Amino acid sequence: MKIKILWALLALVIVGLIAVPWITSYFYIFIFTEILILGLFAASFNLIFGYTGMLSFGHAAFFGIGSYAMALVLIHLEWPFVVGLLLSMGVSALLALIIGFFCVRLNEVYFAMLTLAFGMMVFAIAYQWRSVTNGSDGLAGFSLGSFGLGFDLTLANPAVYYHVVLAIVVIASAVLYLVCRSSFGMILRAIRQNPERVSFAGLNVRTYRLVAFVIAGSFAGLAGGLMAPFLRVASPELLHWSMSAEPILMAILGGTGYFLGPFVGSAVFVLLETWITSFTESWMLVLGIILALMVIFFRKGLLGTVLDWWMEIKK
Amino acid sequence: MTNPILTILNLTKRFGGNAAVSSINLDVMRKETMAIIGPNGAGKTTFYNMVSGRMQPSEGSITLDGKDITGLPPHKISKLGISRSFQINNIFPEMTVQENVEVVLSAYHGHSRKLFNIASRNTGIQQEAVELLKRLGVDSLKDRRAEVISYGDKRLLEIAMVLATRPKLVLLDEPTAGMTPEETRRTTKLIKSLADSGDYTFLITEHDMDVVFDLADRILVMHRGEKLFAGTPAEVKSHPEVRRAYLGEEEDEMTEETGA
Amino acid sequence: MSGIGSALLNSLDIGLLLFIIAVGLNIVFGVLNIINFAHGALYMLGAYLAFTLINIVGMPFWAALLLAPLGVAILAVLIDRFLLRHIYSRDIADSLLLTFALLLIINESVRMIWGSGIQVVQPPQLLAGSMDIMGSSIPTYSLFVIVMGLALLAGLWFLFNRTRIGRIMRAAALDRDMAEVLCINTRLVVTGVFAFGAWLAAVGGVIAAPMRALDPGMGDKIIIESFIVVVIGGLGSFPGALLGAIILGLIHGVGGRYFPEVNMLLPFLGMALVLLFKPNGIMGKGAAA
Repeated sequence: MKIKILWALLALVIVGLIAVPWITSYFYIFIFTEILILGLFAASFNLIFGYTGMLSFGHAAFFGIGSYAMALVLIHLEWPFVVGLLLSMGVSALLALIIGFFCVRLNEVYFAMLTLAFGMMVFAIAYQWRSVTNGSDGLAGFSLGSFGLGFDLTLANPAVYYHVVLAIVVIASAVLYLVCRSSFGMILRAIRQNPERVSFAGLNVRTYRLVAFVIAGSFAGLAGGLMAPFLRVASPELLHWSMSAEPILMAILGGTGYFLGPFVGSAVFVLLETWITSFTESWMLVLGIILALMVIFFRKGLLGTVLDWWMEIKK
Repeated sequence: MTNPILTILNLTKRFGGNAAVSSINLDVMRKETMAIIGPNGAGKTTFYNMVSGRMQPSEGSITLDGKDITGLPPHKISKLGISRSFQINNIFPEMTVQENVEVVLSAYHGHSRKLFNIASRNTGIQQEAVELLKRLGVDSLKDRRAEVISYGDKRLLEIAMVLATRPKLVLLDEPTAGMTPEETRRTTKLIKSLADSGDYTFLITEHDMDVVFDLADRILVMHRGEKLFAGTPAEVKSHPEVRRAYLGEEEDEMTEETGA
Repeated sequence: MSGIGSALLNSLDIGLLLFIIAVGLNIVFGVLNIINFAHGALYMLGAYLAFTLINIVGMPFWAALLLAPLGVAILAVLIDRFLLRHIYSRDIADSLLLTFALLLIINESVRMIWGSGIQVVQPPQLLAGSMDIMGSSIPTYSLFVIVMGLALLAGLWFLFNRTRIGRIMRAAALDRDMAEVLCINTRLVVTGVFAFGAWLAAVGGVIAAPMRALDPGMGDKIIIESFIVVVIGGLGSFPGALLGAIILGLIHGVGGRYFPEVNMLLPFLGMALVLLFKPNGIMGKGAAA
């Protein structure tokens, strides 16, 4: 019964999100677009952190490369949007396979350091490879052409783009959720709690970690592909470790124990950022303080704390 | 004349300069229950670690059913039919008791590769999990979070997880350690019925001599990493060296306990 | 001096400086089992404190070399007492997250206090200019860095192998519970080690200050370098940290001179190469998951 209530609430939220362009201003359309894209980014991160127990500080590498892939497709090939997204996912999946191969073999501490280092390596490449990435200036000046799949949509219209993002994020999240609820997902959760036990049950834990890493990377790439046209630029900042910090903070803010936690975290994060940057430039400082406080006192996150309480009462 | 299910030749493990286990030669017969006894530090757990793949032997070989498994990683050895429990509880604390078993079953049946089924609707695995828990007598706890159940029940859950992979050879590492006398009795009876069913071969390390003599077809006595003697319980009881090195200490302890 | 000669000297320079910084990271990991993501930020703080002491307060370089690291060490004690103590008993991930949060806080604080611009610290008169060695002209400060690096190397070796404090740290690193049983006040050791690591980072910062311009991004650059050093050399290994630092120094010194286009990438490639063949680092153990 309680679960049904939660699903009903979620349905309400989605209906509300659909209605956003008609009930708010352009400003909030932009805000919600950002929340959805970063929410997907954070949810993909949580697959490897909250579910599988791997703390990566380089997740932005996949997000960023997804953005660059989309930008390059739009600039050089002018293919439909959907194809660009598929390419973003493919390229980031490949990168995740390469980086993951080096990293999942190692324990948590090494994993954290290495993902940071490899992420920054990708950043360095993007920063220096002017001929392809235009260096620190980034790639800009691309326009959105057709959507593809026979849909005729004016993607340049923010409200239209918002709905496209909403649809894609909802579908992608549903797919990700299915993965989390599957037997595979159950094994990932088991790996987080006791990887040794899982290997003694007959499974090669490394392989499962790598698969999770690649899936997470590809969904981060998808989010990145959605981000490039939204920002109108693909720049190295999207690959920097400070960008990798965002899904970490969002997952912790919302709660790593529940699938929707990162989305809640994304909403809180974006709204906080918008508010705080309006009167100070030291947003990173506030971010750091919030992360510290959450980790020490509120480890389960906002949604996590609420849902845990909700599940406990009147059993 | 049955051939042994497990053949161990010259098995040795060295850490730095010290040999934790040296030159063990052993045959374990199909369907028998062999107990491994020895004081702490005798090398029992290191021995287990090598057989189950948790550690690489420094020397020697291990053959399971004719297949060389020396130095293979744990997941491969598990797939070949060896399953073990641990001295310190090795379960999934945040999952329910039933889910704990489901994870192992899922791995065993190959469901773990499915990315798009709904694990909670997998009735086949759920039923099998409940049956296993019933067999171990802990099915009433199936929906409890694993970390909150009693220590003794955790050990039983662990055994359920061990059996979930339908192993040929079961390694139990001090299954009754830390249990109350009642729990020990229950567990011993359970292991006996499992052993009698003829489905498994058991290797059990134990400190409790009552349990050992109740369950064992044969006993391996280890001392300082070496095999001191292997034989039937009667042979072990009467073996002079064993009495001197190990049972002698145990008997004193036992008389102290019963005397008090 | 010949091209390759000055490249090698440069490498030694950079390498030893990297060693000073990375070894602090390694020590903290060895004893506390956490990676302090804020280690680079503490290095930067050392440099900026030295800047303030030298350029604004007017102290001589030597006074700053003494006081700035002390200040950072005190800050580290406060961080440990008020923040880190909450999460020591928890999952490692929480420590990583918290030190990462500290990184953000310290980075931004430096930017707020000292501004985003570049600051410069002059080397002390004694060490300015260059010296004539074997017919070549070598910057005196480079020699100073090398001497300091070697002195710290010797001092640390002595500390760990010959003193009681060093033995205590090694004991605590091996087995925290056992150390407690032996009535070693592990709380004190933990705080002390963390502060010591911070002190080393800050010393590196003060020494580096006259060599490089100060900017709020210097902490980030150095933490990545430290990670690479520690991964190449092997986490938890003292000689490994030295080896890793020298290798990275060589990559920078030689690579920077002869392969400037891919200079930014070389350290990462070096790291990836080592990882392919020796996942534990060249001298490390137990990195496998």
